[in-house]
Amino acid sequence: MSHIPSLPDIAAGRCTSEEISERFSDLHPPLKHHEALVAADRCYFCFDAPCTIACPTSIDIPLFIRQIATGTAEAAAKTIFDQNILGGMCARVCPTETLCEEVCVRETAEGQPVLIGQLQRYATDTVMASGVHPYAREPKTGKSIAIVGAGPAGLACAHRLAMHGHSVTIYDARQKGGGLNEYGIAAYKAPDDFAQQELDWLMSIGGIVIETGARLGDDLSLTLLQSDHDAVFLGMGLSGVNALALEGTHDGICDAVDWIESMRQSPDKTDISVGRNVVVIGGGMTAVDAAIQSKLLGAETVTIAYRRDKGAMSASEFEQELATSKGVHILFNATPETVSNGAITFSRTGTDEQITLPADQIMRAIGQKLESASADLAIDGGKIKVDENGRTSVKGIWAGGDCASGGEDLTVTAVAEGRDAAEDIHANLMKGS
Amino acid sequence: MADLTSDFIGIKSPNPFWLASAPPTDKEYNVRRAFEAGWGGVVWKTLGEAGPPIVNVNGPRYGAIYGADRRLLGLNNIELITDRPLEVNIEEITRVKKDYPDHAVVVSLMVPCEEGPWKDILRRIEDTGADGVELNFGCPHGMAERGMGSAVGQVPEYIQMVTEWVKMHSDYPCIVKLTPNITDVRFPARAAQAGGADAVSLINTINSITSVNLDTLVPEPTIDGHGAHGGYCGPAVKPIALNMVAEIARDPETANLPISGIGGITTWRDAVEFMALGAGNVQVCTAAMTYGFKVVQEMISGLSQYMDEKGIDSVSDIVGQAVPKAKNWQDLNLNYVTKAEIDQDLCIKCGRCYISCEDTSHQAIAMSEDRVFTVKDDECVACNLCVNVCPVEGCITMRELSIGELDERTGKKVEEYANWTTHPNNPGATCG
Repeated sequence: MSHIPSLPDIAAGRCTSEEISERFSDLHPPLKHHEALVAADRCYFCFDAPCTIACPTSIDIPLFIRQIATGTAEAAAKTIFDQNILGGMCARVCPTETLCEEVCVRETAEGQPVLIGQLQRYATDTVMASGVHPYAREPKTGKSIAIVGAGPAGLACAHRLAMHGHSVTIYDARQKGGGLNEYGIAAYKAPDDFAQQELDWLMSIGGIVIETGARLGDDLSLTLLQSDHDAVFLGMGLSGVNALALEGTHDGICDAVDWIESMRQSPDKTDISVGRNVVVIGGGMTAVDAAIQSKLLGAETVTIAYRRDKGAMSASEFEQELATSKGVHILFNATPETVSNGAITFSRTGTDEQITLPADQIMRAIGQKLESASADLAIDGGKIKVDENGRTSVKGIWAGGDCASGGEDLTVTAVAEGRDAAEDIHANLMKGS
Repeated sequence: MADLTSDFIGIKSPNPFWLASAPPTDKEYNVRRAFEAGWGGVVWKTLGEAGPPIVNVNGPRYGAIYGADRRLLGLNNIELITDRPLEVNIEEITRVKKDYPDHAVVVSLMVPCEEGPWKDILRRIEDTGADGVELNFGCPHGMAERGMGSAVGQVPEYIQMVTEWVKMHSDYPCIVKLTPNITDVRFPARAAQAGGADAVSLINTINSITSVNLDTLVPEPTIDGHGAHGGYCGPAVKPIALNMVAEIARDPETANLPISGIGGITTWRDAVEFMALGAGNVQVCTAAMTYGFKVVQEMISGLSQYMDEKGIDSVSDIVGQAVPKAKNWQDLNLNYVTKAEIDQDLCIKCGRCYISCEDTSHQAIAMSEDRVFTVKDDECVACNLCVNVCPVEGCITMRELSIGELDERTGKKVEEYANWTTHPNNPGATCG
């Protein structure tokens, strides 16, 4: 690490490829067989289980854990996939500490929840490693559905529709499918190209085609999609970035999502530039992911600056602790005011007190917003307005995931919304047939 | 998914998992919930004769034995047969069977050991539409003191006599439920068969006292300062039940007598084990009482996965597969030699294998100063105790020596199969 100070303000190659590879390995290494059995044994098989209620996709968690305990991880995986076809990714990225594991009765009793997320990974990895896809398509219906966005919502919707025998075309603006699983989430949560592996495995059901490089608004219009297909599902996420007004100029400002995206796509990350002193502005998962990965790439100091207090931060306690354990400093109640090359100045929120930090690189992570929605679609809170079935204000168009109203912006929520919209689309298309 | 449908003595059910005659099957409400949860059949909680209902204690009816982490391993009960009026049960059985024609509904019966009461109860249930009857010759507490339950099951002549009455006065498929509180289960099974039983079911509960309160010095469960023995069931009794099922299945006299396996069945694995040792289907109680009716979902998915993996088309193809391999001790190969092996990568160095062998067995495990444990092949008799006490599954295994390989303990090479019946040390050996 002695070479860090010698590199200028923003530079690539602060760490060797080997160092990076080691630092970006699995956040939670997979459970070994014995560990899985010990973990599974702790489940009480609760009735009307709090964990299942807390899961946005309502996975029957006690059942799948019991299936692991009795030596049938494949049956366990089926229990998971029945509710959440992206159960493999969710096992890796779900903030379980604020969902299933937070309400586990073992957490209540002992402060140590059953390792639900890791057990889910154990089961889903078992099936995915075997190459088996446990679903077959129902007879073809002749119906065709267009999906915009190959992220978690779109993929979950596509898979469920394909199961029902429909033909699905997914249009995605990027060069690869997977959405935020591929371009957004932290690299150490899904190493070994897991997003693409899962995508390929999901697609192996058949009946789903992905058209990449197809962005809504360019050559693709909602009107065209509606005329070419029997139904449309919008799951394109939030591609716009919220604006941040800062006085002054700084050459090293970027959007955290763009930086993460380029980092995720770099094969060994040695070509990714990172500042010596990095300041990330924001308080959500993106801020935490950008900060930690900056540190892992060799930044000397990394600070997350959040304008409100700790309790208001949307990144979970676990994520905050993960960041600080990696050497990230979290500065609360700091409102960014002015920048100049190499520095950023904050005011203590609501006061005149000023704090100036060295900042070779500043990453904005203050939230994303909907871009390129059709003027015909009703908007609610900056997102496409949908009802409980995912129906938008326009007949024949459904939406889900981050671009749609309701629910948290989580992978697992997107999966639930995509799946449920698919069921509603199916019911609608097959009405009277 | 495999086809789990079951045909047990002509009684069809969607799967081989029935609820045993017990508290979970005492009422229409419970049984409907059970069928909705996925159970293939029920044996309705035992009906007694008409008249004043049975009276139960009003204190604790159950006592439990726990494993680590308060896992319920054994359950003891002092509840009697149904304490609800006969007419109410009959109405409910009729309604349930009508609504679930594809599920098995068998009625358990227990009346005094006289022909009249048996003839009467059979007449009373004949319009219920039930699929069969199970004769409760098993309950070891309360009713036994009145000459019923296990008091009948302990006397083969009574078993045969009552079974004959039942077959004479009804056309129902008849299952005789046996008590394990006897010395040799083959005799009651043979008696049931001689009486015309279509099947036997076993085991009923085992006489037991779960514990004694050390402050009051009263047996538990405690009723007003006193306790009575009850019937023991749950995972703890499974090995006893498995053996009794196997004893009947491999007895030439009863080899063709269908068996409904009961006794601590908690998972799909337990169920397959019972079926492999001769049970045509299984009955469950404690697992449902511990975890709720939903527990059957794991049994269904597990059995299905097992059948798919093994290429088994029908549940009946599992039945009895292990029976030819259940032998008497004297038939075992005395020239089969194995040695324990410790996988050093899996070993967590707890030392349990070492101390169990050193203190209580054959001093066949060496311990180095840096806590590396290795087997001494010249001392190891392959007793398996180290495997049994090791907390890590698969860490210690038994390696089979091939024929001709040197057994360092005896200094002899491993020879071909030979058992006790021909062993030179056996005074009764048939040949040398």
